[in-house]
Amino acid sequence: MTAAVTTPPKEKPAQQAVPGPGRLASAVRHRAGRKLLPLAVAAFVLVPLGVVLWGGGSWPAALTVDVSGPLDDANEWVIDNRESHPLFLYFLLHLSNTATDAVDAVYNGLDALGWVGFAVLAVLFAWRAAGFDRRGAKTAGTAAVVFAVCGLLGMWDATLLTLALMVVAVAAASVLGIALGLAAGLSDRFHRMLRPVLDTMQVMPAFAYLLPFVLVFGTGTPAALFCTVIYAAPPMARLTALGLRGADAGVLEASASLGASGRQRLWTARLPLARKEMLLGLNQTIMMALSMVVIAALVGAGGLGEEVYSALSTVDVGKALAAGIPIVLIAVWLDRTTAAAGERIGTSVPGGSRLLHGWRAWALVAVVTAAAAAANRALLAPTWPEGWTYDISTPVNKAQDWITEHLASGIPVLGGTEVWSENFTLWVLNPLRDGLVWLPWWALLLIVAGLAWLVGTWATALTSTLALGAIGVLGVWTKSLDTLSQVIAALFVTLLLGFALGVAAARAGRFERWMRPVLDAMQTMPQFVYLIPVVALFGVTRASAIIAAVVYALPAVVRITTQGIREVDPAALEAARSLGAGSRQQLLQVQLPLARPALQLAVNQGVVLVLAVVVVGGLVGGGALGYDVVKGLSRGEMGVGMTAGAAIVCLGLVLDRLTQPGAGRSRRRHEG
Amino acid sequence: MRTKTRNTRTAVAATAVLGLLALSGCGAAETGKSNDAGDKKTVKLTVPSWVGAQANTAVAAYLLEKELGYTVKTQQMGEVLAWDALSKGDIDGILEDWGHPKEEKQYVDTKKTVVKGGDLGVTGHIGWFVPKYFADKHPDVTDWKNLNKYADEFKTAESGDKGEILEGSPDYVTNDDAIIKNLKLNLKTNYSGSEASQITAMKKYAKAKKPFLTYWWTPQWLNAEIDMVEVKLPAYKEGCDADPKKVACAYPNTPLQKFFNADFAKNGGKAAEFLKNFTWTTEQQNEVALMIADEKLSPEAAAEKWVKANESTWKTWMPKK
Repeated sequence: MTAAVTTPPKEKPAQQAVPGPGRLASAVRHRAGRKLLPLAVAAFVLVPLGVVLWGGGSWPAALTVDVSGPLDDANEWVIDNRESHPLFLYFLLHLSNTATDAVDAVYNGLDALGWVGFAVLAVLFAWRAAGFDRRGAKTAGTAAVVFAVCGLLGMWDATLLTLALMVVAVAAASVLGIALGLAAGLSDRFHRMLRPVLDTMQVMPAFAYLLPFVLVFGTGTPAALFCTVIYAAPPMARLTALGLRGADAGVLEASASLGASGRQRLWTARLPLARKEMLLGLNQTIMMALSMVVIAALVGAGGLGEEVYSALSTVDVGKALAAGIPIVLIAVWLDRTTAAAGERIGTSVPGGSRLLHGWRAWALVAVVTAAAAAANRALLAPTWPEGWTYDISTPVNKAQDWITEHLASGIPVLGGTEVWSENFTLWVLNPLRDGLVWLPWWALLLIVAGLAWLVGTWATALTSTLALGAIGVLGVWTKSLDTLSQVIAALFVTLLLGFALGVAAARAGRFERWMRPVLDAMQTMPQFVYLIPVVALFGVTRASAIIAAVVYALPAVVRITTQGIREVDPAALEAARSLGAGSRQQLLQVQLPLARPALQLAVNQGVVLVLAVVVVGGLVGGGALGYDVVKGLSRGEMGVGMTAGAAIVCLGLVLDRLTQPGAGRSRRRHEG
Repeated sequence: MRTKTRNTRTAVAATAVLGLLALSGCGAAETGKSNDAGDKKTVKLTVPSWVGAQANTAVAAYLLEKELGYTVKTQQMGEVLAWDALSKGDIDGILEDWGHPKEEKQYVDTKKTVVKGGDLGVTGHIGWFVPKYFADKHPDVTDWKNLNKYADEFKTAESGDKGEILEGSPDYVTNDDAIIKNLKLNLKTNYSGSEASQITAMKKYAKAKKPFLTYWWTPQWLNAEIDMVEVKLPAYKEGCDADPKKVACAYPNTPLQKFFNADFAKNGGKAAEFLKNFTWTTEQQNEVALMIADEKLSPEAAAEKWVKANESTWKTWMPKK
């Protein structure tokens, strides 16, 4: 929820000035006393008052507000008025009709190319974006493999439909993101106002706002498209603003001294300088949009998501995987392509034919594609030949059965996954949840206030306490604590594994190369694909929900840790080595302490990502808020769903503030 | 001075953009996309998430396309969303509805955009079930009064010191928390959150021959794979489930219903007539559902196989010429 976006594989951890460990400890001790004293005094006065007024224990009923009534009323109003009210006739319906037409047009366009034409377009597009040279050829090769596999899996048509939706969604999200980012990059006040809005857009589960969107915009493409845009626009806005704000002051000064007006400076200096960040923003926007594919299918958008979703109803893991793999591959294709394009920015153009640069190269791509499409029309069927498909579902299902049968229980000494999950629930989750629920409401508020004040400023403390209070006011106190206990446990497991794997990857390059595709797949594979194996291995328990969260959050933590350790100043390492430090000592006493800001960022990102899959946890036995969000959507109870969604956002706010990397003094400096 | 001109310029630009938007939007939008794509007539049906209902849609779609020459568009979506889409005309029919009193009141009675389409012929029933291998060993488990005796057998890590009753997807109506409380049973609900999770868990228990108690329903294709026996709850009486907090009785038998968009029912021609006539038995639906879920046939292939073998049944659904 900070400037870093939710999937940060490519993003560098924010480099912030943090005092050395020794100084920090003493400063905290010193500051801690000063900070906690006023809090203790305030608590001394307020807590007895609160307890006398409303009692201890769980959140007092007198302090709750029922928001589901008004929400359900709004729901009714929309249904009654959407065919007659001018707001719909003259504005919202135009939006949804335009959305449907745009996606239809793109789909028909892709379809008209024929499968050969489209494959040629995809490969040449990747090649051109990565530069028409030998390094670009590798990216082009990736594209070729990606679409060959999509066709082989028998998912050609579904892939095209998903791509059409993605093209329109990413275009719309980018336009919206750039507009917001421009405004935030140029105005400080707007920047401050925008941040909480972007945070909410990313942490609010899409399940929670899917229902109002369907009511307003209709099922199918429009609702799916707008939800995707909401979820995918924030990274573009954030990184555009970051790029504009980070422009080299010297260049701007030079441009101003040459007499450039404000607008000229924006177009000729600031925007070109921000190109790299904006491309990274595009990359992130694409990844976020792809993660909405299955959710889009819940409201009838079709495509690969529908294949995954319908495979679930027959409990067919193999079929779900066959539809999940193309999603992962599309992500890999677009990630490599945008990353390669990003690397080219700023490098000098090598020699070679002029035909392969600038607009001429794009024209070449268009011409070759048109030729391929025409050839396809004349010689072959327009869709992928049916004989060239391979059904992976039977072997995958067999493999899954074998694995669950042999790993679930009965392994000597280790016990098996079922035993682990049972013990984890009994000895970690239950005590944690019961402990949190047992704490009186005021004690929990006080603990959060104290912790937030220790890591940040009084403003941090106030925000997090208010957010926790808001959960109580919404009337979902106990459920939220249940979810909180799961989030904490998932975070703990994620960090433990993530730091270990991250350190291993940083120290052994081969291990990192081997891990990279695995991490990519873990991050982009729709969670719906692995729901069934997770339940088969761990049962319908909260432990399953935690596994799903760990799988999703782990890649980001591993990547940030690896990068943080890699970027430790080589001079410091050299010094330690020359003093005779062993490899273990180097790691524990030099690398890890110096990588502290990166590790903190990893914790923060872990929190955000774990929260992002609370809803998925609800689908495998997590219960609590996640289940409520799903229930709100599937039973049409907007009040239940939105309340639970808002509570998740509040939980996110609390945990984000408590784990803000370099919060407090250094953060103030960072924000200028 | 400079900021002032910039502000003016921004204001001018913003006004221009808004003006353009207003101009482009000055006509009223169409409220529903037209029903006919080209000269071929199109019927839009929803595909619910469970297999039984997928069987209805697959067979109906197959016959509409092959026998009556329609184009059928199927769209997958949640149940309540489907009701809303039905009201707007985004889809033409729901072929299997398990009872949505709130939506029925709103769309059928008040707005009159949806009309009833008669019985599907299949009767749905929700209840508490135990696997047959467990009931055979302990025949008295099938009466709710003896459930407390077996609570220990149903214990899991999630249910603590109580017995667990496995719950399904939030799509389906459940009164189980109230029933447990009002019948003073030593049980605890565990919400699996999705049908896929519930089925996976049940398959796993059945393989290990472990005892379990679950919220379950018929018709369901899994019943052909795992033999289930219903636990008798206090008998259902009209109105005993009126107050959701005071329910202490079994679930009713629900004759599953069809619903159509009001416009479609009136002007849908042969397609509407065919869908109104569409009715089959639980066994027939199960036959197709099993082909989809168990033999892993695609819904279209399953429908084709069934249609070829059951001509006498579907002939009666055809509109009279």
